Formats: sequence, structure tokens, C-alpha cells
Amino acid sequence: MADLNPITAWKRLLALPNDSRGKTIAIAFLTAAICAVFVSTATVILRPIQAANRAAETQLRLEALLSAVPGMQEILDGAEGAQLAAVVIDLDEGAAAKDVTPETLETALLDTANWTALQPEDDVAGIGNRPDIAQIYLLRRDDKVELLVLPIAGAGYNGTIEAMIALRGDMQTIAGMTVTSQSETPGLGARIEEPAWQASFAGTRYADDSGELKFAVAHGPSNSEYEVDGITGATRTSNAVTRMVRFWLGPLGYGPLIDAVKRGEF
Amino acid sequence: MAAGRLWSALTRPLIDQNPITLQILGICSALAVTTSLDTAVTMAASLTVVLVLSTVIVSLIRRHIPDSIRLIVQIVIVASLVIVIDQFLQAFFFDISQRLSVFVGLITTNCLVLGRTESFARSNPPLVSAADALGNGLGYSLVLILIGALRELFGTGKLFGAQVLPLVEQGGWFTPLSLMLLAPSAFFLLGGLVWAVRSIWPDQAEAPDTTPPIPEEARR
Repeated sequence: MADLNPITAWKRLLALPNDSRGKTIAIAFLTAAICAVFVSTATVILRPIQAANRAAETQLRLEALLSAVPGMQEILDGAEGAQLAAVVIDLDEGAAAKDVTPETLETALLDTANWTALQPEDDVAGIGNRPDIAQIYLLRRDDKVELLVLPIAGAGYNGTIEAMIALRGDMQTIAGMTVTSQSETPGLGARIEEPAWQASFAGTRYADDSGELKFAVAHGPSNSEYEVDGITGATRTSNAVTRMVRFWLGPLGYGPLIDAVKRGEF
Repeated sequence: MAAGRLWSALTRPLIDQNPITLQILGICSALAVTTSLDTAVTMAASLTVVLVLSTVIVSLIRRHIPDSIRLIVQIVIVASLVIVIDQFLQAFFFDISQRLSVFVGLITTNCLVLGRTESFARSNPPLVSAADALGNGLGYSLVLILIGALRELFGTGKLFGAQVLPLVEQGGWFTPLSLMLLAPSAFFLLGGLVWAVRSIWPDQAEAPDTTPPIPEEARR
């Protein structure tokens, strides 16, 4: 009769020779199972704290970006009815997305139907696929858009650069820029994280009156109102930032939204 | 006797058997995370914790690990611990874990960890294994912290993010040496360190692979 007592079964298992097939399989299975439980438990317990950390980080960057915009504090403090709102927009329509709210955005982005594959010749920012929906922040005063804060991303020299760019209500001038994530060369390309360099974006025009995109990171000091100073020794990172800004402010990026704001329809 | 063995297992890896300078193990991470002192310290602490825990676990089950799958069992244990440590850092030291990026995850493949579990913990009782692992972890930490401190000090004039040497830009005298923040400088420093250690303790130097031939003129 088979012995079903678990303790004696366990002892019998341990007493088996190490190289027996049964014990090998049993040890492999037990190790895998115990490790899996251990890892899953840690991940599940720690996830809320990590999510809070990430949210706090984004919020902090947003606040830093806003405080860098000249005159921002007065706008926020002064005007009645001026408040920063998070809106999910549909990039192709240039209008608020239907059925998607900031809360459900993460889930919606998991669906590949909400992404557009870019043709190589259009993909100046090097991102491969572009989401069709994005969460932006906007500030209205008296029904007029005063400020747009747009997340942008592009391929840098060592990895993806993610940033947020703020546009003034005239839809021609950059109000500020902040890099939220990058992995460029420390001391060279990574200087795009320096507040002093980011501050040079404020007041730079990105398009002329006809709407043509002219923004560029200069090679060397900037010599027009459409340029910001280049970073010495980081040509490829500088070019990446140029392409990224031009892509996202262009027709395949937030162009439709910017046009809608100009027409006063948004 | 037992205490003496523990003590030597703990102290020998610090300099005599230092995993980095003598055995040149685990230098990939030593090069990558030493741009500043706080990342170096975090990395060193993470590696030491993973190393001690994994050697203790492997040592506890050493009599029951089948030879044919021993490497996989050890790697699974190490990898699980690394994932947990990584998650822990992301939860409680978010800022530093962002800067360490993939290198915490790469502790899994750090030859130092597998080297200790495979060559020591698998054939020794838990207490000695733990002492040996702690010694090796501290030896690794020593080198990491030294190189991290040098690179941060000369690269940015700071230690732990606090300005130590006044920069020229801020009216001081120190011009930061940007090379120190790039990977090659870690090679230079590590090479210099290995050279210094082997000059002081010549018995650590390896025998040359080949003896150079004596030129004809010298023989005459």
C-alpha cells in the first residue's frame, strides 16, 4: 500500500540519490516554484510604492517645467479660472480622444490598434511606432489656450530620450522644455538634463509665420531666434533633439492639435 | 579553530584574494556604476546582499542539488534574489535605481556571485559560506567605492553629491575632468589599482604566460 504521509514522502525524496531522475525533477520543480512565489510576492507588495514613485516623478518634472516658464506663476496665481488640465487627445484628429481618459490611457496604449507604424522616411525621430493617443496638459484662460504641455520622445545617441515641451498660446513659441528620461553619454549628451540648457528653450520660436518648422539645436552658439545653443561634443544628441522636436510638432505629431488650437477649435 | 576559519574566510577576500583586483571578476559592473559614489555604494550593497543570501541558500541545500542541474538551480536562486532587490530599490530608492538602470539586474550574470556559490558554498556549511560571501562582497565594495569616490571627486568635484572641490564656474579653482565620467577612465583607474596592489603584494602577480626570448646580443 502506498504511503501517503507527506513527511515520510519528503524524507524518502531527500534520501534518494542526488542524480536519480525523480529527485532531479523534484528539486528543479521545487526551486522554480519557491522562487516564483518569492518573486511574485515581492513584486505585488512593492508595486503600489513603485507606481507612486513614478507618478511623483512625472508630477515633479511637470512642476519644474511649469515653474521654468517665464510668467507662469503669475498666470497660475492671478487669473480666475486658469487651471492646468490633463487631457487625452487623438493625435490624428487634433481633438480630445473619445472614450479614453487619463485613467484608462495606460490600458488603451496596450492595444496595438492605438499605435501607428511609421514609414522609415517619415520617422525622423526614430521611434518606429507612434501612439495615436497621448496625454497632454493645457492651461486655458478665458476660453483661450494659454499653454500646451506635450510629451515627446525620440531616439537619442544611446537610447530613447523622453521629454515634455511647453508651447505658448501663440503656437509659435516654445515656453519651456524638460527631459524626463535619457541615457546619453554622461558629461556630454547627458547635459541635455541641465536646467541651464533647458532654460534656453524658453522664448525660442519653433515655426515661422507660415507655419514652417524651423526649430534646431545649433552646432555651437545659436544664431537665430529659431535655434538653441548646441552642446559641445554631443552633436548626435543635439541632432536627435532637433529631429524629435520637429517630428512631434510636425504633421505626424501634434501638428493637427496645434492647427486646431490656432483655429480656436480646441 | 572554527572562529579562525570564519575570520580568514571573511578577511582574505578583502585584499589577498580580492575578487576584482586579483581574480578580475565582476568588473563589468565595477566599470559601469562607478560614475558617482552613491550609485557605487548602492550597487556594492546590493551585490553583497545578493551574494550572502544566495550562498547561504545554496549552502543549505548543497547536499540535495543534483549535479546535472546545479548551475541552473544556482542561477535561478541568484536571479530571484536579484529581481527582489531590484524591485526593492525601485520602491524605496527610486532615484538611485533609475541611475543604476540595468546594472542591478546584471548582478545575476556577475561572475563573482556564481563563482562563490559554485566554488565555495556548494561544498561548505552555511556559516563559513556566509562569511566567505560577506568577505567577497566587502572586497568588491571596497574597490567599487574607491573607484566611485575617485571618479566623482575628479569628474565633478563632489562626493555623495556635495561639492568638495570648488568649481571654476562657481568661483573656485577646480576644473572638472570630464574624462573621469566616461567608461575609459574606470579602466585606467582599475588598471592603476591592480598595478598598485600587485606592486605592494608581489605574490599576487601572475606568472607570465611566456618568457620573452633573450636577444642575440645579450647572449654574447
